[in-house]
Amino acid sequence: MTGMPLLRVAGLSKSYGRRVGCTDVGFDLWPGEVLGVVGESGSGKTTLLNCIGGNLAPDAGKVVYDTRADGLRDTLAMSEPERRMLMRTDWAFVHQNPRDGLRMAVSAGANVGERLMAVGARHYGRIRGAALDWLERVEIAAERIDDRPAAFSGGMQQRLQIARNLVTGPRLVFMDEPTGGLDVSVQARLLDLIRGLVRELGLSAIIVTHDLAVVRLLADRLLVMKDGRVIEAGLTDQVLDDPQQAYTQLLVSSVLQV
Amino acid sequence: MIEVEGVTKSFTLQNQGGAVLPVLAGAALSVAPGECVALTGASGSGKSTLMRMIYGNYLAPSGVIRVGGVDVSRAEPRAILQLRRETLGYVSQFLRVVPRVPALDVVAEPCLTVGMERAAAEARARALLTRLCIPERLWGLSPLTFSGGEQQRVNIARGFAHPYPALLLDEPTASLDEANRETVLRLVEEAKARGVAIIGIFHDRAVRTRLADREVDVSGFAPPGFEGAA
Repeated sequence: MTGMPLLRVAGLSKSYGRRVGCTDVGFDLWPGEVLGVVGESGSGKTTLLNCIGGNLAPDAGKVVYDTRADGLRDTLAMSEPERRMLMRTDWAFVHQNPRDGLRMAVSAGANVGERLMAVGARHYGRIRGAALDWLERVEIAAERIDDRPAAFSGGMQQRLQIARNLVTGPRLVFMDEPTGGLDVSVQARLLDLIRGLVRELGLSAIIVTHDLAVVRLLADRLLVMKDGRVIEAGLTDQVLDDPQQAYTQLLVSSVLQV
Repeated sequence: MIEVEGVTKSFTLQNQGGAVLPVLAGAALSVAPGECVALTGASGSGKSTLMRMIYGNYLAPSGVIRVGGVDVSRAEPRAILQLRRETLGYVSQFLRVVPRVPALDVVAEPCLTVGMERAAAEARARALLTRLCIPERLWGLSPLTFSGGEQQRVNIARGFAHPYPALLLDEPTASLDEANRETVLRLVEEAKARGVAIIGIFHDRAVRTRLADREVDVSGFAPPGFEGAA
């Protein structure tokens, strides 16, 4: 197999004083691949995601990304404006709580449209058209385009957050517990949407979750984290069906069958 | 097309006092294009285990497992993913149902994954579903509510949607009636005629006789001290 990984993370570490967030994490992510990061509360998975995604500054490590224009760049060594541009265009971050990833004070359409404007789109009609197109893709009725997100249900807000994030055509999407806090039927719909979009758009994604069913469905590969370290890694179905580490075996055997 | 040499497998139950379950020792077999090899052996002798190792679903810590030139036991995850997309199909015993995905999409998915146009992929899916007697009114529904036999037929349709050069079949005719069993047998025979290398687990002797060119008794790979344990 040839080609470069889209993202190469090496030696990533972050501590909060004496408390370890994550230690010495490294992995490659290839174009079109979805990587799941699982672990229980306190495992370091969210710290890891925030460090890679640019929300937190790690203590050590490299996050080398294959940018479109400039080749391989360590995003941790980028200037602030450069990194912010990256986070607005090529990257996207879907927060667990949609309110953290939406502007509640503007309409649904504006939430989607302003991302386009931030990267230079100027034609109002086309921006509104793109917003309508994306609302349809995430199954939000067109007549809601001028409503504020506060009027939406949790599942709808999450779908709006996804539309807002994907409208700029990013290549890499970070998701933090994308179905956390949602009703089961709503989760199923959201997962179906994410699955379809990832395949259709050829996205790469890193999805952090404690829910093994989510990774089984969405992720090609899996990292299992415990106490800040990656303790097991491999193909999703292999890690879940043939777990080697004691902790992984415990996690897998703890899931109730319905 | 498929080569297995010196493959050993045991499972260690870390949270149950480190109990070790040895399953296979020195497993070996090879399958040429157009051949169908049946894995036989008592329940628990390791037939499904071996099949899952060939698919890369179970780790193979020692030995060699080559499919179409790719060493599955040592390959990078993405090489195995590519192998599963393009080269090696697996029809398991049970359909893993994803909520909300209609039967038509379930069957079309392997074609879409290798880049076939949606219209062509759906046409192929419809043809297979028709052949396997899944009524059209069910095509738009999720297989969640289908009977066991119907789910299995959707599973089989999906397994034959993309023309894989190598196929692993785990009890493909279980839970099927006479007519549908015949359809599946024909599907397998057609695949053989196309040069597909097939490994199958068939408990039904008549099915085995009809499809298998050779049989490999997996209990011959029982770890030392465990022969005849079943």
